Amino acid sequence: MTGTLTTTQMILGRLNWDAFPLHEPIVVATFAAVVLGGIAMIAALSYFRLWGYLWKEWFTSVDHKKIGIMYMVLGLVMFLRGFADAIMMRIQQAWAFNGSEGYLNAHHYDQIFTAHGVIMIFFVAMPFITGLMNYIVPLQIGARDVSFPFLNNFSFWMTAGGAVLVMMSLFVGEFAQTGWLAYPPLSGIDYSPATGVDYYIWALQVAGVGTTLSGINLIATIVKMRAPGMSLMKMPVFTWTSLCANVLIVASFPILTATLVLLSLDRYVGTNFFTNDFGGNPMMYVNLIWIWGHPEVYILILPLFGVFSEVTSTFSGKRLFGYTSMVYATCTIMVLSYLVWLHHFFTMGSGASVNSFFGITTMIISIPTGAKLFNWLFTMYRGKIRFELPMMWTVAFMLTFTIGGMTGVLLAVPPADFVLHNSLFLIAHFHNVIIGGVLFGLFAAINYWWPKAFGFKLNVFWGKVSFWCWNIGFWLAFGPLYVLGLMGVTRRLRVLDDPTLHPWFIVAAIGAAVIACGIGAMLIQFAVSIWKREEYKELSGDPWDGRTLEWATSSPPPDYNFAFTPVVYDGDTWTDMKKHGYQRPLSGYQPIHMPSNTGAGIILAGLATVCGFALIWYIWWLAGLSFVGIVGVAIGHTFNYKRDFYIPQDVVTRTEEERTRILASAGV
Amino acid sequence: MSSATATAHREERAYHLPEEPHLHEGHSTMLGFWMYLMSDCLIFAILFATYAVLGGNYAGGPGPKDLFDLNLIALNTAMLLFSSITYGFAMLAMEKDRVSATQGWLLITLLFGGAFLFIELYEFSHLIHEGAGPTRSAFLSSFFTLVGTHGLHVTFGSIWLITLMVQVARKGLITANKRRLLCLSMFWHFLDVIWIGVFTFVYLMGMLR
Repeated sequence: MTGTLTTTQMILGRLNWDAFPLHEPIVVATFAAVVLGGIAMIAALSYFRLWGYLWKEWFTSVDHKKIGIMYMVLGLVMFLRGFADAIMMRIQQAWAFNGSEGYLNAHHYDQIFTAHGVIMIFFVAMPFITGLMNYIVPLQIGARDVSFPFLNNFSFWMTAGGAVLVMMSLFVGEFAQTGWLAYPPLSGIDYSPATGVDYYIWALQVAGVGTTLSGINLIATIVKMRAPGMSLMKMPVFTWTSLCANVLIVASFPILTATLVLLSLDRYVGTNFFTNDFGGNPMMYVNLIWIWGHPEVYILILPLFGVFSEVTSTFSGKRLFGYTSMVYATCTIMVLSYLVWLHHFFTMGSGASVNSFFGITTMIISIPTGAKLFNWLFTMYRGKIRFELPMMWTVAFMLTFTIGGMTGVLLAVPPADFVLHNSLFLIAHFHNVIIGGVLFGLFAAINYWWPKAFGFKLNVFWGKVSFWCWNIGFWLAFGPLYVLGLMGVTRRLRVLDDPTLHPWFIVAAIGAAVIACGIGAMLIQFAVSIWKREEYKELSGDPWDGRTLEWATSSPPPDYNFAFTPVVYDGDTWTDMKKHGYQRPLSGYQPIHMPSNTGAGIILAGLATVCGFALIWYIWWLAGLSFVGIVGVAIGHTFNYKRDFYIPQDVVTRTEEERTRILASAGV
Repeated sequence: MSSATATAHREERAYHLPEEPHLHEGHSTMLGFWMYLMSDCLIFAILFATYAVLGGNYAGGPGPKDLFDLNLIALNTAMLLFSSITYGFAMLAMEKDRVSATQGWLLITLLFGGAFLFIELYEFSHLIHEGAGPTRSAFLSSFFTLVGTHGLHVTFGSIWLITLMVQVARKGLITANKRRLLCLSMFWHFLDVIWIGVFTFVYLMGMLR
């Protein structure tokens, strides 16, 4: 940027010792903890000689089940980071009253609220739902893997690469201080000259490539690889909602990519898309980002609607009420989600007619969503309901999400929105639907499918502790925000000076602490269950009397999922099979055609991450080099024509005979 | 749905296929590639939309009439359209399993593509030289980004083309290579369609502004 470059600047770009926030004791302490933890982990992995195992069996694996689990682990790790941000904000806001500045300076606080939003959406919710779809969808449709197994591995590592960049911003340089959507002109080079917004841009771009590709992959899988007999209207609802969510991914993430490219051109090249002068138009950015952003929230919730459908039907022991209407409602939501984006900025001043249009389309979305809720209720009606953990989370979702939905319809009324825009009421609303919908759905899904993935059930006691902490904590934390929002308190405030608001913020902080207990209880639940996995062992492969194909195979399923490709006659395939007295075939196994593992995905994503880092710090030579590396490795990979192998017949036979033995010993 | 289950009750049903069904290699590739193309199309849609919104913001600088040389653009368009035709010939040769004819047409396609890129770069350097670079106004920012993104796609298409020519030379027209050539064919024609949009929307209509 400057006229003369020193040698150091040529080599390291703008990276220097000032980039390390050594003056921030909180960051330094965190950094120390991370480094110590990292060293301990590396030492442990080396001591137990696990690197080879991890590399061969996990990192380079193209097995959709392993990739699904890796996505879930990534989501969980990032969830802890995102929640740490949340609790820091709650403490700051409960503290900074009566002239106190709290404990976070503005520079740090602004990064925290930005990072919280970015991490929770892109690196928690997205990996969680992608992981879930990856694991479950191929099993539900009776497939052996996804359509493009290598691409699947690559997509995961790109998502992980984006997460690495975000985490790096904590210790090297800074993260954006712009809010999670980085509106210009604030995010332009004039107002955000440091690395924060660049970290934001490249983390999302790297992860976004992965998300788009995994969307394409899952659509192709669902369209092309369903078991014989499984027509579209016989697909399990979770597969349907996944299909719609992936259509939304493919139809919206390119918009995010293009928008962020324009923002980066403004920052790097000096173009004038979103600048204040030379004809730029910042509102163009706001429109574009929300054309992606609104479908995004449906990308998050739709798969979980599928989870709730599966869980409700299984634990009520009944076929899902209104399957067809459920499918149509999902598709309607998918289309409508593109027609509402402007409700995020009614206050922009588009005029009454435009605002009315978007207000009405927004309200219309509540109709298919309402239909879904009634379907779940009617499924439960006169069913033999078993209140296992997944069902508890589902009922909690119905209550919480409905209230969140209602405050959403309130916000959809433009005149009301003029009052509530950017207030804590909005914050309470979207946490109400995202926690009550997406997170509760994920918890239901984790408790529901954990036995499938690992072969043992989760501990119920700690699950219930977590459940109640989350539910109570949620209302303690966000109930006050509704009240504060109605009183006019806006979002993202660091210091408050009206002492009458103080009690509400203290209650909210207590709520966050209760949620922290919920998270702790969940981690204990995982730990206890893993510790006592022999005791909780689940041998039948069908612990809940399930209804769909994933319960027809063993837990955990073999690499090839099904020894024989299933044939489908009914929507609730497994129920139908059980009803007809289906017997597992005990002979006639054949060699099975499978994709081979490859390291190309992790290498490409690693190079992309390095490239992103180099671009953030203006280390042009490294950016160029790693980019050439990406192209080179990608081309090199296409010269590998041998991408599949056969699992030999005797291996299949051995695996299946082992299962026969286990089933006999369990007396199932 | 319930009637079907009622009638089929108690009837012996095969719940699995006795033989391993053989999904042929690349069974989903065409569908997947179509979806990729549509997602790419969305990127262009956003760039077109941005141009539509910002394309009139000259910020006191030059407008399309001052800058565009339609003769040059006509020549450029011809290069790209010819390259699409010759790619089509390559595909026809591929169908008949004629390796050298396929390679020859691919090479000609590459040359036309290269000519297109060369002319585009000449146009860009000319504009920048005249002080009408991408930073001059929002109009020029969106112009350079839209046209440049298309050019970048042609560049990567050309790299891909060279890669495939090497692979055809080494392995011949095997199924995998044919599938790859078909994907690139779709990509190449897709870029042609995008260019028709650019030509009409940016250049021709720009002269009418």
